[in-house]
Parts: sequence; C-alpha cells; structure tokens
Amino acid sequence: MIVGNRKEFQEIVGMLGSNRRVLLLGCNECVTVCGVGGEKEVGVLASELRIHWKTAGETFEVKEHTLERQCDYEYIDQVRGFVGDYDVILSMACGAGVQYVAEAYKTKLVMPAVNTTFLGVTLEQGVWSERCQGCGACILDMTGGVCPIARCAKSLMNGPCGGSSGGKCEVDKEVDCGWQLIIDRLTELGQLDRYEDIIPVKDWRSSREAGPRKRIREDLRL
Amino acid sequence: MRLSYPSNVKVVKVPCTGRVDILLILHAFENGVDGVYLAGCLEGECHFLKGNLRAKKRVQYVKGLLEEVGIGGERVEMFNMSASQGQRFAQCAQEMTERVRSLGPSPVKGGSKK
Ligand code: SF4
Ligand code: SF4
Repeated sequence: MIVGNRKEFQEIVGMLGSNRRVLLLGCNECVTVCGVGGEKEVGVLASELRIHWKTAGETFEVKEHTLERQCDYEYIDQVRGFVGDYDVILSMACGAGVQYVAEAYKTKLVMPAVNTTFLGVTLEQGVWSERCQGCGACILDMTGGVCPIARCAKSLMNGPCGGSSGGKCEVDKEVDCGWQLIIDRLTELGQLDRYEDIIPVKDWRSSREAGPRKRIREDLRL
Repeated sequence: MRLSYPSNVKVVKVPCTGRVDILLILHAFENGVDGVYLAGCLEGECHFLKGNLRAKKRVQYVKGLLEEVGIGGERVEMFNMSASQGQRFAQCAQEMTERVRSLGPSPVKGGSKK
C-alpha cells in the first residue's frame, strides 16, 4: 500500500492561511489502512482545526467527508454538489489523490494534509515498512524476493557495500542491510550460487528517469 | 467509605478505558472542558486484557495533539486504580482538579489566543 505521514498541524494551519471554510477529504484506501488519512484521521484533524480556531476566537467551518478513493474520478465527482461551499479542499489522500482532486476542480484550491512517503507493508498493527520503489522493471526473481532498490540505502544492484556490519546498514544501526537480507534469503532458498551472477546496470528509463509513466490496456477501455 | 471528591469532576461511564477513543477526548475539549482524565483499572488487571494499556497510549497520543493545537498536553491524563481503591479515586480527582485549576480555564472557551 501507499504509506504516508500526517503533516505537522502548524504546517497545515499555515498552508490554509486565511481560508476559513474547509472541505476535509479523506480516502478509504491505503491511507486508511496506514492510519493517516481515513475517516478517523479526518475526524481528528477536523477536531484539531476547530479547537485551534475556537481558541483564536475566529469563525471556522470544516466539512468532514471521506471518499471511497481519491484516485478515481467517479468518487471525486461525488463532492461536486457542495464543493462550491468551501474555500479550499484539504485532502488527506496520497499525492496522487490530491492531484486528481485538483484536476477535477480546476478553480478550487486543493492542499495536502499528508506527506506521501513509500510503498510498503504492515509489519504489525501500527508499524509500516518500505518495500518497493516502483522501478518499473522488477528484479525480485534475481534477489531472493528482497528488493535491493527499496531496501538497500544506496540501491546497489550488487551488494553489500563495505558499510554492512552485523546485518545492519551503515546509514542506521536499526535498519537491516538489504543485501544481507538478500544473501540470507538466497541461502534459505538454496540459491546462493545466484549471488555470483552480476546483475547488470539497471536501465532506469522504466523508472522515473524517462518522465511520468502511463499504462494503457486497450481491451479494458470503454 | 463516604469519601468526597471535587464536584467539578463529571464521571462518564464506559465499559473499559479501551473504549475511550481519541475522538471522544478531542470532542470534549472542543466543547470546552478544562481537562480530561481516564480512570482505568490497574495495569495487568484489565478484564479485556489490554484495554487500559491501549488507553494509556491513546492518552499519550492526545497529549501530542493538544500540544500541537496549543492548549497543552497536561490537560489530559491517565490514572490507574482498582475498583476497591475508593481512596485513590478521590485522590486522583483531587490531583487532576488541582492541576487543571492551576492551568486555568481551557483557552478553547474564551478565544483567549486573540
Ligand atoms: S525491483 Fe523495482 S518493482 Fe521490484 S520491488 Fe524493487 S523497486 Fe519494486
Ligand atoms: S550497508 Fe547494506 S543496505 Fe546499507 S548501503 Fe550498504 S549494501 Fe546497502
């Protein structure tokens, strides 16, 4: 899923500036699961904003609304009837959702309440961890199912580097060395011989380096 | 035991402190209360195993939220006591009342930031 962090409250207040009528839009998908932008977090942020403006003695209005998704137009369109009643849309979705809402309501200010951070997994309730950077040409078959791009601090294609120590990465003693994980997994799989294969230089054009990406499946189009 | 505790303390009964959601506490502050405290069972004694431990973490989280909105994290607290510790119940009510009194009325009420 896509994982993010709620922005600091003061940053959000600063961003909103003098806009006092806010449509606070949550999303029911990834950001709900990672506890950052679902219905609950919409409720918490709305409450914080109301407390802030009550304390300041100023009028303020926030409408709480959570969409099934903010990355599909059909759902975004559901707020069309009342979006005009608000000065600004504050979105708690990932960056994709925020942008798609902005595309749908061209004359409306749309702001992010969340810092979108990574593609990851739930390690346990309340703990999430990065796993993939969406490189566009997956090599997990060669690396024992552990991604060297997302899980090695230097995204080395052939590691580890000299900074690997006791299974931990030199950037942070709490972080596992991605390449140690790869070697461990290859060992478990009885495929350690694959570690001898040099993984060629990666063609990053499949990743972000060739600009924004798009996917089309003609048979699915209407 | 005929113990008395400050009359400003309003008791809201819940089946377990684990029921106390972050939003319940925030909404109380939004509506102008000066402080909120949770009176949970002793740690390790929760009938639902972890209700009071969850409540403790949530109180900690709400402290952070109250700090960031500028009304102060000291206005919310977690206390633990057993059902037979009437004395402690009264003591905690007294302690929290004194703390909140020294902090003064919640700024939410008066629009005092302005
Ligand atoms: S190799 Fe690329 S697609 Fe595969 S997990 Fe790593 S970043 Fe994601
Ligand atoms: S120590 Fe491991 S994870 Fe860290 S940069 Fe080196 S190879 Fe990558």
